[in-house]
Amino acid sequence: MNELVTVTNLTKVYDKRKTALNQMNLSIPKGKIVGLLGPNGSGKTTLIKIMNGLLRPTEGTVLINGSAPGPETKARISYLPERTYLRNSMKVKELIAYFADFYEDFKTERAKEMLESLGIDENAKIKTLSKGTREKVQLILVMSRDADLFILDEPIAGVDPAARDYIIKTIITNYNENATVLLSTHLISDIENVLDEVIFIKDGNMVMQATVEEIREEKGKSVDAYFREVFAC
Amino acid sequence: MAWNLDSDRPIYAQILERIEIQIVSGVYKPGEKIPSVRELAAEAGVNPNTMQRALAELERHGLVSTQRTSGRVVTEDMNMIKETRNMLAKEQIQEFIQRMRELGFEKEEILTLLKSEAGGEKNE
Repeated sequence: MNELVTVTNLTKVYDKRKTALNQMNLSIPKGKIVGLLGPNGSGKTTLIKIMNGLLRPTEGTVLINGSAPGPETKARISYLPERTYLRNSMKVKELIAYFADFYEDFKTERAKEMLESLGIDENAKIKTLSKGTREKVQLILVMSRDADLFILDEPIAGVDPAARDYIIKTIITNYNENATVLLSTHLISDIENVLDEVIFIKDGNMVMQATVEEIREEKGKSVDAYFREVFAC
Repeated sequence: MAWNLDSDRPIYAQILERIEIQIVSGVYKPGEKIPSVRELAAEAGVNPNTMQRALAELERHGLVSTQRTSGRVVTEDMNMIKETRNMLAKEQIQEFIQRMRELGFEKEEILTLLKSEAGGEKNE
């Protein structure tokens, strides 16, 4: 089986009136880097939170490797949330030890290498770091696991362009061939060359799933340009 | 630094061309090992599956081949490299002629202009 994630008739209604996801169907294959793209409020983060077991669907199902979100799937998913949750009083190296303790598949060596490449002092306390550096630390922690599925919610939004290039390179070189990376972003042009596929969502529905090369071949334009056309305000 | 790729053409075709140029211009020499898919993908800033597809295509053309022990190496068939070089040159020329036609130039005019420009370059 080549599918890693299967979303079936997924619906999420907040407070009985705000529909965030509306009968969504999609599947995400193994071993691919997939972009989850959509305008603000289209349902990206709601979908991601359901996949991580942080929200319960109102209707429908999400299956990851055949299982509903739970302890079993969480052990195999490495998740970068939209907002950082790192404890301010901890040092970078304490966080590394914490993650290594928490996740069996955490690779301390890999984390240290990345910190060094980005010039981040592991003795620094989180609260002394800039917002961008905190985001880098968080991403390093997430990318240092040997997970089956990496879910990155807006991974590059807060970091400078040079670090962005490094992070993209890190994603390319670090993920193993059978792992899937699902990332949501607005910065499409920065990242489209590394994506296999894109999923466009709008008003809680999947409107298109295609490979980057299909879009370029068929539309003769970049995913970024095509996105601007599809979601023109 | 990632490779500079056009945004409106398939990535696969562009990295294919780019590696062909690197081979005919001797950046990768005949018989030399080329970097792994991962390394090349990271260097180019592109998806590894796309890089894999481009390298498989090069292999199909015979410009590179897979050696069991040393990964992918550039062909030592000089004729094939020469043919690829000519093919790339032809593509450039066709594109050039196409653009000149769009500017309203006829065959003879193009040739005259080309000769004087190419000659001029030599004298500079």
